[in-house]
Amino acid sequence: MTKTLMSQASSQNYRFMLQDVAVEITGMNKWYGEFHVLRDINLKVRRGERIVICGPSGSGKSTMIRCINRLEEHQSGKIVVDGIELTSDLKKIDEVRREVGMVFQHFNLFPHLTILQNCMLAPVWVRKVPEKQARELAMHFLEKVKIPDQAQKYPGQLSGGQQQRVAIARSLCMKPKIMLFDEPTSALDPEMIKEVLDTMIALAEDGMTMLCVTHEMGFAQAVADRVIFMDQGQIVEQNEPKAFFSAPASERTRKFLGQILGR
Amino acid sequence: MNIHNASWVRQDIIAASPRPAAQGGVAEWARKNLFNGWLSTLLTVASVTIVVWMAMALAPWLSNSIWRANSLAECRQILDGASGACWGVIRDRWPQLLFGFYPPHLYWRPVLTFALLIAALAPILFRAIPQRALWFSAVYPGFAYWLIWGGSLWFPVAVYCGVVVAAGLLYLTARVSRGLAVASATVGAALWWTYAVQLVSALADDVLPIALTPVASREIGGFLLSIIIGVTGIALSLPLGILLALGRRSSLPLIHLLSVTFIEFIRGVPLITLLFTASLLLNYFLPPGTNFDLILRVVIMVTLFASAYMAEVIRGGLAALPRGQYEAAEALGLDYWKAQRLVILPQALKISIPGIVNSFIGLFKDTTLVMFIGLLDPIALAAAIRANTDWQGIYWELFIFIGAVFFVFCFGMSRYSIHLERRLKTDHR
Ligand SMILES: Nc1ncnc2c1ncn2[C@@H]1O[C@H](COP(=O)(O)OP(=O)(O)OP(=O)(O)O)[C@@H](O)[C@H]1O
Ligand SMILES: [Mg+2]
Repeated sequence: MTKTLMSQASSQNYRFMLQDVAVEITGMNKWYGEFHVLRDINLKVRRGERIVICGPSGSGKSTMIRCINRLEEHQSGKIVVDGIELTSDLKKIDEVRREVGMVFQHFNLFPHLTILQNCMLAPVWVRKVPEKQARELAMHFLEKVKIPDQAQKYPGQLSGGQQQRVAIARSLCMKPKIMLFDEPTSALDPEMIKEVLDTMIALAEDGMTMLCVTHEMGFAQAVADRVIFMDQGQIVEQNEPKAFFSAPASERTRKFLGQILGR
Repeated sequence: MNIHNASWVRQDIIAASPRPAAQGGVAEWARKNLFNGWLSTLLTVASVTIVVWMAMALAPWLSNSIWRANSLAECRQILDGASGACWGVIRDRWPQLLFGFYPPHLYWRPVLTFALLIAALAPILFRAIPQRALWFSAVYPGFAYWLIWGGSLWFPVAVYCGVVVAAGLLYLTARVSRGLAVASATVGAALWWTYAVQLVSALADDVLPIALTPVASREIGGFLLSIIIGVTGIALSLPLGILLALGRRSSLPLIHLLSVTFIEFIRGVPLITLLFTASLLLNYFLPPGTNFDLILRVVIMVTLFASAYMAEVIRGGLAALPRGQYEAAEALGLDYWKAQRLVILPQALKISIPGIVNSFIGLFKDTTLVMFIGLLDPIALAAAIRANTDWQGIYWELFIFIGAVFFVFCFGMSRYSIHLERRLKTDHR
C-alpha cells in the first residue's frame, strides 16, 4: 500500500484533470468585528493549477487563503473545497483539512517532537496509517525535500530554511490534494529562500494544486498559471504571469509592482 | 597597519590556540567570589559568623542525642542537666507516627501498599521502565484501597468493572456519534457504580469469598494518612486541573462559565473551610442518604482545591504557546482532543512543570490541615503524644522529625521536576 501511495506521489500528474475544480469561492465576504476584511471574493481554482497571490500588506491575502481550510470563518458567500462546502459542520471541516495542506510563514513545527515525529503525527492519528508505513512515508518526503539525515533532530536544531522544508514535507505526508502557502519564504534569510523555492518548484512540477501567497515574483513567473493581485480585501486583478507582469491593467497593480520590483 | 588607509586584507590566517588555564587556585577564587570589595567581604564575614554560631548552638544539643529512653523523665535523668535532643520519643512512638492506630498485627498491609506504590509510580515517572508496567499502575489504586481498608476484594474489582462498562459502551456507540458515546459511557458508569457495584461484589463474595480484615478510616493516621491523601490528591488533581484549564479556554459558553465559576469559587475559599463544610457541601451534590467516609470526603475536597490551582497553572502554560501551534495542528486535520493531547498539552504541561510541582508540594503539606477535622495526621499525633504523661513537655524533637520527613518527600518532588524539565528539553535555544 505504501508503495502505491508513494509512486502516486512521485509521478502523479493531475494536469490531465484540469477541468476538475479544486477550490471554488463565490461571493465570499468576511468581517473582523466591524472591519470588512474580505469583500465579494470570487475565485475558481482547477486541479493542478498553481496560483500566486500578491498584494500590499494588510490586503487580506492571508485571511483569504486561511478561509480555504477554515482557520478563519467567513460570514457570507460560499466556499467549496474538493467538492465539500465549508459550513460550521465540524466533520466537513476535518474532511477538508485532511485534503488541504498548509505551510506557514513561521513554519509552526512542533518543537517537542523530532522531525520524523512531526511528519508522522498526522498520518498516524488522522489517516490511521500504521506506524511503520507512516515512517516510510515520512522518510520518503523528507528525502524529497532533501533532509532525510535530519530526521532524528528536533526543529530547534535546524536552520530556518530546513525547518520550512520539513514543514512542507509534514504537509505532504497527509497526501493533500491542495497545498496552501502563506508567505513561506518571508521569514527566511536570502540564502535560504532559494532552497525552499526549489522545493516548491519541484512540488509544482509534480502537478500539485497550489495557492501561494508570496512576493517572490521570480517564483510566480517560473511556475504560476495565474497571478492574483489583492488590495483592500478585494481581488483587483488576475492574469497569467506573463501578461500580469508585462502589462498590468490596473493602476494599483502597476504601483504595487513598481514598488516590489523596483521599477 | 596604516590606520589612515581603509583598505586592508589579512594575509595570514590565525590558527586556533588552546584557552589559557584558569588562573590562581583557591585563593584567587576566594578573592573573586568572597572578598571582592568591602561589601562582599562584610557579607562573607557576617554569613560565616551566623552559620558558625548556629552550628555551635545546635551541636551540643544534637551531639547529646538520646535514642534509648521511654519517657521524657528518663531522658532528663540520662542527660543529667545537660541540654540534648531526646529522640527516644520517635523511637517509642515510631509505629504510631507512621500508621496512627492501625492494628499492629496488620502493619504489613500499609507497608506492602507503600512498596507497591513505588513500583506503580516507577513506569509513570521514569522512561527506562518498560511501558507495559503501566498496567500495574492502572490496577494499583484498587489494590491499594483493598490492602489498606480491607474487606472484600470484589468491591474494588466491581468498581473497576464500571470502567470496563464505560469502555464497552464507548466502543459500541462510538460509530454512531462521539457525543452520544461519551454521554452513554458516563451514564453507564454512573449507573453501574450507584446500583450494580454492591450487588455484584456481594454476589461474587458468595461464590468465592476473598477478604481481608476490615480497618476503619478513623484507625488510619500518621504519615500513612498524609501519603494516602497526598498521593490521591496529586494523582486526581492533575487530570482534573487539565480539564478545568481546557474548559476555561473553551469557546463553548456553558463549559467556560462552569469552569470559571468552579475555579474562582474554590480558589476564593480557604481550604480549611472547605474541609469543615465537606460533608455539608457533598450532601448537596450527592444522592441523599449516602454516608461518606471521612477520609474519602477529605480526599475529594483536597483534590478539588488543588485542581483549581492546577487549572490556573496549566492555563498559564496553554496561554504561553504561540497561536501557530494550534493552527498547524488544525491545518493537519487533528481534531480538538487529538490536537490538545498530541501537540498542545505536551508543550503546555512542560512549560508548567515548575508551577505544577509547586502545587503538588503545597497540596502535600496542606494534608496536615486535616487535623482540624479530627483526623490523626502526624501533627495531630504529635499533639496527642505531648498530651501523654510519658512525653509531656517534649517539643522540638517531634516537630523536627515530622518536618524532616515532609522535607524529604517535597525535596524529592522538586528534584524530580528538575530531572523532568531536563529530560523534556528539546528546544535547544
Ligand atoms: N484576528 C484579527 N482581528 C482583527 N483584524 C485582523 C485580524 N487578522 C487580520 N486582521 C486585519 O485584517 C486585514 C488583513 O489581514 P491579512 O493578515 O489577511 O493581510 P495580509 O494581506 O496577509 O498582509 P501581510 O502581507 O502583512 O501578511 C489587516 O488589516 C489586519 O489588520
Ligand atoms: Mg499575511
